[in-house]
Amino acid sequence: MEAFSALVAQVEDPADLKNISAAAGAGYAYGLAAIGPGIGIGYLVGKSVEAMARQPEAAGMVRTTMFLGIAFTEALALIGFVVFILLKFA
Amino acid sequence: MFGLEFPPINEILRWQDIFPSFNKIALIAVAATLISITLFLLAARRDPLVAPTGARNLAEVTIDFIEESVVMQTLGKSGLKWTPFLLSLFMFIFLCNIPGVIPIIQMPATARIAIPLALSLLVWVIYIGTGLKHQGLGYFGHLLWPPGVPVALKPLVGLIEFISTIIVTPFSLTVRLMANMLAGHILLVTFGLLTHALFTAETSQIFLVPMSILPFGMLIFLTAFEILVAFLQAYIFAILAAVYINNSTVGHADDH
Repeated sequence: MEAFSALVAQVEDPADLKNISAAAGAGYAYGLAAIGPGIGIGYLVGKSVEAMARQPEAAGMVRTTMFLGIAFTEALALIGFVVFILLKFA
Repeated sequence: MFGLEFPPINEILRWQDIFPSFNKIALIAVAATLISITLFLLAARRDPLVAPTGARNLAEVTIDFIEESVVMQTLGKSGLKWTPFLLSLFMFIFLCNIPGVIPIIQMPATARIAIPLALSLLVWVIYIGTGLKHQGLGYFGHLLWPPGVPVALKPLVGLIEFISTIIVTPFSLTVRLMANMLAGHILLVTFGLLTHALFTAETSQIFLVPMSILPFGMLIFLTAFEILVAFLQAYIFAILAAVYINNSTVGHADDH
């Protein structure tokens, strides 16, 4: 963070400042957006594996539900990725 | 800064038009449609009495997969009439995704937002239409107020349900497919660029050049991973469409 402030202090051109802030903001946006879904997907898949190990005959049903859950959880991380792209390139 | 120029996003995702308003994305979409139509027409033309071969085997495996893992898991036996729709959805999305790893073409058509958006609007219209057909105008009542909501909470719940079913659902369906394919595409571009930059680096430290095997290995691994993602995203899109259709036929369910 200090290195970043030092970098910002050296910049004179406002356009560069905007680019630097956008790049840094993009990094934070994706990084923060990935925390929650990371924990969520880990927990979800772990529990599904547990369920499949306990009841192998229900594995097919558990797997389908697991993919559904992953799809819903992952959407948050993907929205973070879209924000990253918008900040970085738009 | 890194001795490596990352191309602007337009260069990764855009080509010159083949002729006005028809570019590579549209070409891939048209090819996907034609390939799946040809495959199933070929499969349907064979004599049903002899043992299936070639195209027919492939078509049977795909239909079996959609029936077993998408329709039966979500809509149940009465939903088997949805198989043609979900099958064409799956085939089209898969054939639009897979060019992302085919050499020379190297672009998933679904990484641009147009195709995912059009498909999820189609699904949106279909699940609202199904709800209206099965429950009449009472569908909107069920949609806004799931049974058993206390009267005091009705405005709040109604607002949340309205936003989640009408707005968030098609949005997340679109963004899930588009962002997954775009992320994969950018990852492949990044490792391809790293490999190229290391391999052609003009440096006095000669040991850096063979190091390009590292990003190259990663590139190969990610290409294999992208094949998995292409399949998985098509599967997830089909299964979510089935779940939304099921929600409108049987009344309210609480996920979105």
